Amino acid sequence: MKKIFALLLATVMVLALCACGSKAPAETTAAPAGETTAAPAGETTAASNETTAASDETTAAPAPSVKVGFIFLHDENSTYDLNFMNAAKEACAALGLSDDQYIFRTNIPEGQECYDAACELVDAGCNIVFADSFGHEDYMIQAAKEFPEVQFCHATGTKAHTEGLSNYHNAFASIYEGRYLAGVAAGLKLNEMIENGEFTAEEAKMGYIGAYTYAEVVSGYTAFYLGAKSVCPTVTMEVTFTGSWYDETAEKEGANKLIGNGCKLISQHADSMGAPTACETAGVPNVSYNGSTIAACPNTFIVSSRINWAPYYEFIVNSVVNGTEIPSDWTGSIATGSVLLTEVNETAAAAGTADKIADVKAALEDGSVHVFDVTTFTVGGESLTSYMADVDTDPAYTPDTEVIYDGYFHESEKRSAPYFDLQIDGITLLDTAF
Amino acid sequence: MHNQKGMPLFHITKRKALPWYGAWLIRGAAILMALVVCAVVTTALTGENPIEIYKTIWKGAFGTQRKIWILGQNIAILLCVSLAVTPAFKMHFWNVGGEGQILIGGLATAACMILLGDKLPNWLLILTMVAASCLAGAIWGAIPAFFKAKWNTNETLFTLMMNYVATQLVAFFVILWEVPKGAGKIGIINQSTEAGWLPVIGGYKYLLNILVVAVITILMHFYLSRSKHGYEIAVVGESERTARYIGIKVEKVIIRTMILSGAICGIAGLLLVGGTDHTITTTISGGRGFTAVMVSWLAKFNPLIMVFTSFLLVFLSRGASEISTSFGLNHSFGDILTGIILFFIIGSEFFISYKLSIRKSGKKEA
Repeated sequence: MKKIFALLLATVMVLALCACGSKAPAETTAAPAGETTAAPAGETTAASNETTAASDETTAAPAPSVKVGFIFLHDENSTYDLNFMNAAKEACAALGLSDDQYIFRTNIPEGQECYDAACELVDAGCNIVFADSFGHEDYMIQAAKEFPEVQFCHATGTKAHTEGLSNYHNAFASIYEGRYLAGVAAGLKLNEMIENGEFTAEEAKMGYIGAYTYAEVVSGYTAFYLGAKSVCPTVTMEVTFTGSWYDETAEKEGANKLIGNGCKLISQHADSMGAPTACETAGVPNVSYNGSTIAACPNTFIVSSRINWAPYYEFIVNSVVNGTEIPSDWTGSIATGSVLLTEVNETAAAAGTADKIADVKAALEDGSVHVFDVTTFTVGGESLTSYMADVDTDPAYTPDTEVIYDGYFHESEKRSAPYFDLQIDGITLLDTAF
Repeated sequence: MHNQKGMPLFHITKRKALPWYGAWLIRGAAILMALVVCAVVTTALTGENPIEIYKTIWKGAFGTQRKIWILGQNIAILLCVSLAVTPAFKMHFWNVGGEGQILIGGLATAACMILLGDKLPNWLLILTMVAASCLAGAIWGAIPAFFKAKWNTNETLFTLMMNYVATQLVAFFVILWEVPKGAGKIGIINQSTEAGWLPVIGGYKYLLNILVVAVITILMHFYLSRSKHGYEIAVVGESERTARYIGIKVEKVIIRTMILSGAICGIAGLLLVGGTDHTITTTISGGRGFTAVMVSWLAKFNPLIMVFTSFLLVFLSRGASEISTSFGLNHSFGDILTGIILFFIIGSEFFISYKLSIRKSGKKEA
C-alpha cells in the first residue's frame, strides 16, 4: 500500500512539474527550502532593475533625481486614501516621473509600521516620503530625525512648526472655504424649500455627521453652517459624532437620527457612503465630501467639496528638484487649486446655485469675504474680539496663539491643519463623547 | 484488499507512524503543489509572471537588512502571543482572548508611561510597566478561567467577549489621553523624553524584543515538557477525570495556567507599547491574538516548532505586502496566495496522519 501511495505521490509531483513547464525550476528556488539559489537570483534581478531605473532616470527630463514614496493608511477602497492616490498619480504624470520614480505603500497602520515603511522607502532610494493620515505623524517625525537628507511630508499633521526639523513638513488645504461654498449651496436649497412651502423659515434645520470633535471637523461644520447662514439667516444645525473616520453603519444611523429630528438637509465629515445613501433612501438633500456621490445618490446629491492634493505633490517634487526649501506648513487654497467643488447636481440643487457659488468663490479669493468673519457668528450670545487657539500641540491643550484680528478668525494661517474649535451659536452638538 | 461491489472509489485509513522523511516528503510536496496552484491563480487573475511574484515575496521578507529586522520583530511578537496561548490550548482551554490580553497589557503599559512618565526614574518606571502589563494580562486571563473552573462556563465565548471589553476600554482611554483634543489618537508617548521606552540594545531597535521572546520560548519549552506544571497541564488536557483521579486540582491548574497565558500576552502588549510603537490604539495587536491560534496548532503546541510556523506566517504576510507595493496589486491578492499556501500546509497534515487508498477497479472487471 505504501508503494502505491508513493507512486501516486510521485505521479502527482511529476504531473505538477510538467503542468508547470518552465515555471517549475523557479518555484523550487522561490520555496523557502531553496535559500541558497533564491537569494543570489533575487539580488541580480534587483541589481538589473536598478540599472534600468537609472537609465530611465537619465531620460526622464523634468525630475531626474527624484524618487517619491507614498504611505497610505488604507488602499483604494477608502475614499479618503483614493483621493490621495489619484492626486499622486496625477501629479507624477504631470511631472513626467517614470514608474520607477514613485512607490505606493498601502494599508500602513498608524504605528511602528509607518516608521518601518518610511525607512524602507528611504532604503529604496526615495528622497521624498509622504504620509496621508493624521496618526502617521509621530512616526514620520521619528524617521525624519534619522534621515536628515530626505524630505518627509505629512498631510493633516500639526507638529512641523514646533518640531524644528528642516526636513519635516505639514500640509493641509483651506478646505473650510470649500465647506463654506458647499454651505452656500445648502442654504440656497433650504431657501427654495421654504419658498415652496415645505417648511417655515424657522424650521430650517440642517444635520451634520462628524467623525470626532476634532478641530478639523469643528472647523468644517462651522464653515458649512456659516455658508448656509449667509444666504438663509434663520438656519440652525445639529451635529452628531460617530467616533470613527469610517463607520458606514454609524454614519447611516447618525443620518437617520438627524432626519428623524427634523433636519431638512444633511452633510457629513466622515469617509463612508453611510450618510449619502441614508439621505437618498429618505429623499433628503445631501451635501457630500471627498468627491461626488451622484452615482449612488442621483436625486439628493447637491454638491461636494474635496481637497486636491496634486498641487502640493507637484510643489514638493519641484522644490526638491530645484533645491528650494519646503515650508514647515503649506496650506493649499482655492487659488492653488487645492480646494475643489464638484459639479452642482441640477436635479437636486436650487436654481442658480452654480452662479452663486462662483460669486462667493471670487469674493473669498479677493478677500472681501472671510469665512470666520466675527460679525457673522456669536459664541454664548457675544461676538468675539479675541481668541487664543491651541496651535502648538501639547497634551494639556494649552491655548497659545491669538487668532482673531482684523475682524476675522485666521484659520489655517498659524499652521496648515485647522484649529478652529469654537462652539458657535446656532449649532447644537447632540453628543460629544468622541 | 477486499474488492467488493459497491465499494467507494477510495477510502481513508489511519496511517501508522510515518518515518520522519516520509512526513517531510509529504509536507514538501504540499508546499510545491501550493506554489503551482498559486502560480496558476496568479497568471489567470493578474497576468503577472508567478516567478517574479515569488521573487518579490522573498525580497519582501529578506530584501534588505532592515526588512530582516522587521521580519524578526514581527516573528517575535507573533511567537510571544502564540507561546502565551499554547499552555491553555494544551489544557484544552480554548483561549481566543489573546487579542484582549495583549490590549489590556498594552493599556497598562501606556498608562504607566503617561501617568508616571515624569514621576519615576526610568528604571523604576520600566519595572512598573513590566509588572503592570503582566498583572493586567493575568487578570484578563484569570477572569474567564475562574468562571470556567467554578461554573464551567464556555471559555471560548467568554475570552472572545473579554476581547471586546478590552477594545472598548482602550478606546475610552484613547479619547481620554488624545493629543490634540478631539483627534482620537494618542500619538507617540513621551517622544521627547523617551520615558518608559524599553532600552535599545546596540542601536538595534528590535533586538530586545527578539531576545525577550527567545528567552520566553526556551522557558516555555522546558515548562511544558519538563516541569510538574507542564505535566499537569497535559493530563488535564487529555482527561479531566484522570487528572482528578490522580489527585491533580483541576480548577487550580486551569486558573494558574490562564494567569500564565494572560501574563505572557501582557508582555506582548508591553513589547509593542513600550518597545516599538510607543503608543496605544485599539488595533495595535493587529489580529495576532487570532493568528497565534493557527501558529500554535500548526506547531502541534511545540514551542520550538512554533518558531518556524510563526516565521512562515510572517514571511508570507511580509511577502504579500511587498507584492502589493511592487506590482500595484491589492493587498488582498497577497492574502489569497497566503490562503492557498496555508490550505495546502494544513491539508498535508491530514495526509501525514491518514492515507488514501484507491480501489483497483481494473482487476475486478478483468
